[in-house]
Amino acid sequence: MSKHIVVLGSGTAGTLTANRLRRMYDERECRITVVDQDDDHVYQPGLLFVPFGLAQPHGLVRSRPRQLHDGIDYRRARIDRVDLDADTVHFAVGGWLTYDVLVVATGAALLPEETEGLTGPGWGEKVFTFYDLPGAIGLHHALERFEGGRIVVDVADLPVKCPVASLEFAFLADWYFQRCGIRDRVELTYVTPLDGAFTKPVAAKALSGLLEEKSIELVTEFTLGEVDGTGGRLVSYDEREVTFDVAVVVPLHGGAEYVNRSLGLGDELGFVPVDQHTLQHLSHPNVFAIGDAAGLPASKAGSVAHFEGEVLVHNIGRFLAGQPLDASYDGHTNCFVETGFHKALLIDFNYETEPLPGHFPATLGLPLLKESHANHLGKLAFEWLYWHNLLPGRELPGIGSAMPERGKNHVHV
Amino acid sequence: MPTATYDDTVVPVDDEGFFTEPDQWTEAMAGQLAREQGVEDLTERHWTVIRFMRAEYAAKGTGPTVRVLGRTSGVSVKELYQLFPKGPAKTAAKIAGIPKPRGCI
Repeated sequence: MSKHIVVLGSGTAGTLTANRLRRMYDERECRITVVDQDDDHVYQPGLLFVPFGLAQPHGLVRSRPRQLHDGIDYRRARIDRVDLDADTVHFAVGGWLTYDVLVVATGAALLPEETEGLTGPGWGEKVFTFYDLPGAIGLHHALERFEGGRIVVDVADLPVKCPVASLEFAFLADWYFQRCGIRDRVELTYVTPLDGAFTKPVAAKALSGLLEEKSIELVTEFTLGEVDGTGGRLVSYDEREVTFDVAVVVPLHGGAEYVNRSLGLGDELGFVPVDQHTLQHLSHPNVFAIGDAAGLPASKAGSVAHFEGEVLVHNIGRFLAGQPLDASYDGHTNCFVETGFHKALLIDFNYETEPLPGHFPATLGLPLLKESHANHLGKLAFEWLYWHNLLPGRELPGIGSAMPERGKNHVHV
Repeated sequence: MPTATYDDTVVPVDDEGFFTEPDQWTEAMAGQLAREQGVEDLTERHWTVIRFMRAEYAAKGTGPTVRVLGRTSGVSVKELYQLFPKGPAKTAAKIAGIPKPRGCI
């Protein structure tokens, strides 16, 4: 009997899920529909490079439907809400779809308007975010004009997509201004709500060491309450101030808007609460969430979506066959951290194991938590893998969903 | 495992002083815990947050973040910082006798 799987969102997670499902089922067994509100799939890791002129904006965007395998229906529509009791997705302009299984993959939305003053005077002039394409392009022009002063990189509050991108921005800014010959006229400050450069102790130590080495000031436990664009001040909720000439802010994130309008679907921030191992909704068994849309204690990062994909598709198969779910996501996350000067770090971790030094994926692999040119090349090579391997839902050779233990050195801080 | 003594009772805590066994917490311990965090008097508004922290922990296995607290506890983020100036999520978790909230990354 033919089943209908509806995938909401065609970013990294939704696209790879639909493609993996299409490979698992033929069209007689299963109809697959993917819904998104526009046709532009942005290669989000590339946004980091746009401000520094290292990536061209048009090169990061491709057609959403063209990333989907044959036999997948693509529906371009804005979602109004999901009726979980009726297994129905309602569209904003009318029309609906019913489903046997729903996959929520609509990612995380940027909510800059939720921080007082952030989108007020100065927004797009001296206050920017590089987390979307227009912001990254605006910042590129601002950096080109910049002749000296104080640049502050600030993470408003967590969770955010790619929690290392803001650090990478600070490292690359150091490299960029050195290359321009004006580094001595630029003060760089990294401001975070965390109590260190990163959450986990071993990585936090390595990353704050790098900030120090590059003369980037670190301000911790700073939760952004207000932005005074005209006066050039970031103000925290506990009334501390950081002044700036240019502020690069990673705004608050939430789930997609329709999640809040869908009774019982999301949590207080609009993310979808799912079992952290099976990815199944906590109260609606035919609903799953993957990637940034999922309310999990994992990073909102493309690698997470990739590693979750294998588990999710297997579990959907078990669910439709009436069998208990047996695949388990371990929280595996893998991030290249660009550090400038053609080098990068690599971190690899899961729910239980923090980022540790050693090598990935085994003792002879890429160095972990240590700058290397090989990691930089890995980061650059990833873009090709993303379009040709990850989105089509293929396995990356030698890299599976489960975090590899071989090659990791367990150390104490 | 380190321990601490509140209301004449010895309780296990982690390296940062957060309760590891929230069942051992009683309301009578809150005053001393609060003073250790620089909060001299616990008002009804403090108690709103403390009770909310415990209910959230019981339901979800972790305390809420400041942002979630601001959205769901009935106390705005601004007021939360006035009540618990050293960081509401961590300070209120400590006074409420629950483990340190797990931050997302």
